[in-house]
Amino acid sequence: MSDEQRQRRKERLDRGIKVRADSLYAMMSWRELGYLTAPRLLLIGGILVLPFLVPGMYWQRVIAVICIYALLALSFDLLAHFVGLVSLGGALFIGIGGYISAMLNTSMGVPPLAAILIAALLGGIICTLLLLPCLPLRGVYFAIVTLMYPLLLMRVIEAMDLFGGTDGIMGVDSFPNRWVEQYFMIGMVLLFLFGLRRLVNTDLGLVLRAVMDNDQAVKASGMSVTVFKALAVFIAAFMGCLGGASIVHIYMWGGISLFALDFSILPIAATIIGGGGTLVGPVLGCFILVPISELLREFGTLRIVAYSIILMAFVVFRSEGLMNYGRRKYNQFERWVKV
Amino acid sequence: MIDILVYGTVNSISLALMALGFALVYGISRVANFAHGALYVVTGFLTWTLFRGAGLNYVASILLAMLMTSLIGAAIYQFFLIRVRGMAISEIIASYAIGLAILEGFRWGGFKGMTYTLPPFVEGSVMLAGTPVDYHRLLVVLIGFAVVAFLWIFTHFTRIGLALRGMAQDERAALMLGIDSDLMAVVAMGFGAMLAGLSAVVLLPLGNIVVEKGYDVLIQAIAVCIVGGLGSWAGAVVAAFIIGFAQILTVVYWGAHYQMVVALLAIILTLVLRPSGLLGRHKELEERV
Repeated sequence: MSDEQRQRRKERLDRGIKVRADSLYAMMSWRELGYLTAPRLLLIGGILVLPFLVPGMYWQRVIAVICIYALLALSFDLLAHFVGLVSLGGALFIGIGGYISAMLNTSMGVPPLAAILIAALLGGIICTLLLLPCLPLRGVYFAIVTLMYPLLLMRVIEAMDLFGGTDGIMGVDSFPNRWVEQYFMIGMVLLFLFGLRRLVNTDLGLVLRAVMDNDQAVKASGMSVTVFKALAVFIAAFMGCLGGASIVHIYMWGGISLFALDFSILPIAATIIGGGGTLVGPVLGCFILVPISELLREFGTLRIVAYSIILMAFVVFRSEGLMNYGRRKYNQFERWVKV
Repeated sequence: MIDILVYGTVNSISLALMALGFALVYGISRVANFAHGALYVVTGFLTWTLFRGAGLNYVASILLAMLMTSLIGAAIYQFFLIRVRGMAISEIIASYAIGLAILEGFRWGGFKGMTYTLPPFVEGSVMLAGTPVDYHRLLVVLIGFAVVAFLWIFTHFTRIGLALRGMAQDERAALMLGIDSDLMAVVAMGFGAMLAGLSAVVLLPLGNIVVEKGYDVLIQAIAVCIVGGLGSWAGAVVAAFIIGFAQILTVVYWGAHYQMVVALLAIILTLVLRPSGLLGRHKELEERV
């Protein structure tokens, strides 16, 4: 380090442009309005036109799959960074939602879109009930339980030959057409992304963050920690089950591979790459990681190796993630000052 | 009846062998090493490569493979995990990602298509009260007891062992007495990896070397450690016998598919009912709200 470098430090100042100040709307000019809305409009517009930009039907299907992973990543981000429950079991949500929707559709003839919504609701309730006894657990213990649940259900289905056993449930109806498929998924991702951004800034979000930071204080305020945790788990499970229910209608098949490791690990990797606690980051992470994983599909399990290494590298060396970095650069002035 | 007793004991000792490495690393450096199963498989394939591929002596290739695995384990800690030390969730995610990369790398990179086996240490079998048991399974039991005894002596009477135990009990006090905690954590990880390797070379001759073993071993090691109480070695040995016999009983009466179901159910039920396990030292309040 040169002498000159040692004598200065980087000073960061917040740009004072906010949608809402403490009590009033604080947008002053078109320029500031543009500054605030540009990234959001870019994201929404970008996702909406994406199905027209990609080549061929295969990649259009990939977009729908990306959206499913994005829902999972959002649910991971909500639980991990706003409630303090690190769930390594995204596959649990996918599996339960998927099986319910597939069964509703094949045995009772419920049309796909209705089956998806019912499955998301039912699956959310079932997952919440399954995880309810584990909610008092902290940190590592909760992570281990959630990691084990999908593996357990997978082995139980295999051992007892339930729901078609290893063959799975075939003949699930697909979406009416591929445009409905893509825009349904895109709509859901945008709905939950912006919905969650609202949610975490409401009073409920405040309590949830308090549960993460200091649960004793929440308890002392006369609120039940378990109720709020269960509520958050239900919201997360609803999103996950929605994704799972959609995936059986996209592939027109549901089976034990719904509990596969991919659904647990990839959303976590996406969240960590995109930046935890930002909600947008996980979605962007999915738009980066899933295409990489699809490109590597012909090399078999090499894609798991690829995103495991990316995940490990980001956890260990750059745990901040892209969005936290980007947000800092966008929202703050930086300058060198002499010490 | 006798066969349940014999095979239950063998299975329990195998579980204890698988779990000791995991328990050791967690007990000392509080790192839940989710790459444990990968290290197990790595040793298996290294031994196979040295023995069948490079044509070394069986004993030499086993020792060399174990040494290499322990170096790999130490390197994983020194270069990656040490940077997230103390952040339990990051440690789990990072070590799990490393394990996944190793296992799926093996699945992709060549070790497939044929069956990979290691020969048993001693051929042949003996009748024990009407039940045929091969010599290798008896050896597994002997080695299991030897390893537990060795670990006890090692941690109670050698300088490094005492230093490791000191770290496990109170890291700050250990630092004040001049024990380098980072170095000891690396040593513990290397040692844990070597134990994973030992269990691999002892247990793999009973079956094929396949990538899936990595996941199964990890789940079983976690099951044993959770049921016994994370961080408690005596608890791990007791839990190994409980799970071991439970597995054999379900396999005999219900079918082989249920072996892993038992381990997974044991993990979930223990964490729900009594997170500190049988002999865990944590107060329940520390883990529950």
